[in-house]
Amino acid sequence: MSFDDTGAAVSGLQADIRLRRGEFELDVSLSVEAGETAALLGPNGAGKSTIVAAIAGLLPLDGGVVRLAGRVLDEPAASVFVPPERRRIGVVFQDQVLFRHLNSLDNVAFGLVAQGMRRAEARTQAQAWLDAMDLGDLGHRRPRALSGGQRQRVALARALACQPDLLLADEPLGSLDVTARNRLRRNLASHLSSGRNGGSSAAASSLPGNGEMPRLLITHDPADAFVLADRVHILEDGRLTQAGTPDELRRAPATSYAADLSGLNLVRGTAREGEITVTDDGDTPASGAGRRSVVVLHAADRSLFGPVLATIHPRAIALHRERPSGSPRNVWRTTAEAVEPLGDITRVLLGSPLPLTADITPGAAHELLIRPGTSLWVSVKATEVELAPDGRD
Amino acid sequence: MTDASTATSESGDSAARRAPRDLPPWPVAVLAAVGVVLFALPVVGLAARTPWTGLWTHLSSRFVVDAAVLSVVSSVAAAAFAAAVGVPLAWVLARVQFRGRSVVRALVTLPMVLPPVVGGAALLFALGRRGVVGGPLHDATGLLLPYSIWGVILANAFVATPLVILTVEGALRNLDRRYEAAAATLGASRLRTLWKVTLPMIGPALGVAVVVAWARALGEFGATVTFAGNLGGRTQTLPLAVFVALESDRDAAVAISLVLVALSLGLLIALRDRWWPSR
Repeated sequence: MSFDDTGAAVSGLQADIRLRRGEFELDVSLSVEAGETAALLGPNGAGKSTIVAAIAGLLPLDGGVVRLAGRVLDEPAASVFVPPERRRIGVVFQDQVLFRHLNSLDNVAFGLVAQGMRRAEARTQAQAWLDAMDLGDLGHRRPRALSGGQRQRVALARALACQPDLLLADEPLGSLDVTARNRLRRNLASHLSSGRNGGSSAAASSLPGNGEMPRLLITHDPADAFVLADRVHILEDGRLTQAGTPDELRRAPATSYAADLSGLNLVRGTAREGEITVTDDGDTPASGAGRRSVVVLHAADRSLFGPVLATIHPRAIALHRERPSGSPRNVWRTTAEAVEPLGDITRVLLGSPLPLTADITPGAAHELLIRPGTSLWVSVKATEVELAPDGRD
Repeated sequence: MTDASTATSESGDSAARRAPRDLPPWPVAVLAAVGVVLFALPVVGLAARTPWTGLWTHLSSRFVVDAAVLSVVSSVAAAAFAAAVGVPLAWVLARVQFRGRSVVRALVTLPMVLPPVVGGAALLFALGRRGVVGGPLHDATGLLLPYSIWGVILANAFVATPLVILTVEGALRNLDRRYEAAAATLGASRLRTLWKVTLPMIGPALGVAVVVAWARALGEFGATVTFAGNLGGRTQTLPLAVFVALESDRDAAVAISLVLVALSLGLLIALRDRWWPSR
C-alpha cells in the first residue's frame, strides 16, 4: 500500500468504492501507486464507467473512500465530498467529449484558464501540448474537423495540461478504427510509460510534468490493458476478480473471463496424483459418462488434490494430422471448430471432447491445411498443464 | 436515396431525374398544397391591397413612427427579460429534480395556451392599481405598471418567456451531460461551466428561442391591450396601431401590416438558413 511511515497516504490513488445503482452493486477496492499505470479491464456492464464517475467525483459514493495524493476526496462516513472541479483528476472520456464550440487549442487551454491562468499564457502552454502530440498545426481546428485519432490526442492533451494528480482514461481507444487504435496505442504508451516526458517528441520534455502521476486506464480490450498497463485489475459484474501484472494474468488467470482475455485455456477439474478429471461448470465429473473420450488430463504437478484450475497456454498445444508418436502424455483426437488469423499467430478453436484454444504459427496452420471441420490430433505435454487450487465454488 | 441515385447513374439516365421516393403520394401533395395556399393567400391579399405609391407617407406619419419606436423598444426589452429569466428557469426545470416540477413547468408555460386577453386580465388583477401586488407596490413606490411602457414590456414578456423556457429546456435535455462533467474535471466552477460550456453549446437553440420570443413580443396584442391599454404614443404598439387604423385609415393599417409581415417573413427565412439545418 502507498502509505508512508506516519500512516499518511502518499501520492497514489486508493479507492474503496461501494455504490448501488438500482439492481447493480459495485464493491471494488483498488489502488494505483505513484508513477504506475493500472488498467481496469472488464466486459461491458461490469461497472467500469461507474468507477470512473465515482473517482472523478461525478457520482458520490454510497460507502468507502477515495484518496488521492494524500487527500480524502470522498468518504460518506466522514461526510467528505470534494466536487470534481477541485479533485485535480484529468479524465480522458470515451468518445473524447471535446468542446465542439472551441478549437483544439482552446480545448487544451480550457482547464488552464479555468484554474486562473491568463489566457495568453494558457494558449502558449496548450500549444506546447499540441506540439508534443504532433498536432502543432491543428490548433485552429474544431473537433469536428479532426480525425478520431487526432481528437483522442487533443483529449489527452486537455487532460494532461492541467497537471492532474491522476489521469483517468475511459476507453481512450474505444471509438477508433483498428489502424488508428494501433497507432494511438503506441502514442499513448509513450505518454503513459514514464509520465509525460516519456514521449519521443522533443517538445514533450519542455512541458511541466509529473512523472509520478498515477494513471488508471479503463478498457474492455485486453490488448490495451496488457500493452499499456503495469498492472491489470479485472472487473466482472461489479467486483474485482483479479489483479496482477499482465504477465501474471496471462500465466494464472483466475476466471474464465481473464483466461479468455489472454487466450489462455482454463480447465476446471479435480486433481489426484497428477491426474485431473475434467469437470464442466455445473456438470458432474464426466468420467464414466462416456460422452468424453478425454476426461483425464495428465499434469506434471502431483502435489495438488481436489478442485483445481488447470491452465494450458494456447502455444503449448501441438496440432497434428496423424497420431503423434513420442512422449506427450495427453493425446486425443478432435476437430477444428474455427480458425482465426491474429497477426503473427493463428488461433485454432478446438471442439469436443475438450474445447481449447491453440495458437500456432500461420505457417504451421497452412502446412496442416486446417479449416473449420478439419480432423486433428492434439498433444499437450504434462509439463504444460499448470495447476492451481480452485478457490471458487 | 443513395441506392436510387446509384441505380440512376448506373442505368445512364440523366442525373437530374428524381428518385420516385422523393415524390409525395397524391393525397399528401394535395393537402400540402392546400396548406400553402391557406398561408400564402393573406400575404397576397395584403400585397394586393397595399397603396404602394403613398406607402412612405403612411409609414412616416407620427402615429406610425411612435407605435414603431414603442414596439421595437418594448419587444427588445421583453426578449431580453425572457432570456434573462427563461434560461435560468429552463436550467432548473431541466436539471433539478424537485417535487412539483411538472406543476411549475405547466405554470410557466401557461401563457402559451392561455388566450392573451385572459393573460392580460390576470396581470391586471395582480399588478393593477387595485391588484394584490400592484396596490401595495403603488402605495409604497408610486410605481404603476398598467398603462405605461413598463406594462407593455411586462405583457410582452409574459407571453414571450414561455417560448424561451420550452426551447432552452429541450436543448439542455438534449445536451450530453458529459460536456459539463468534462469541464468540471478540468477545474471549471459550475458557473464558469454554465457560461463557457453549456450556454455556448446550446447557442443555436438559445438564439432561435430569443428571436422567436422577440417576434412573439413584437406581434403581441391581447395581453398588451388588456394590461397596458391603447394609449397613442404611450402604450400603442404596432399591432394596436393596425387595429385602430383599420377603423380610421385603412391604407395606413395595410402599410403597417405589410411592414410587420415583411419583417417576420424575413426573420423566419434568415433563421431557417442560420440555425435550422436545411436539407
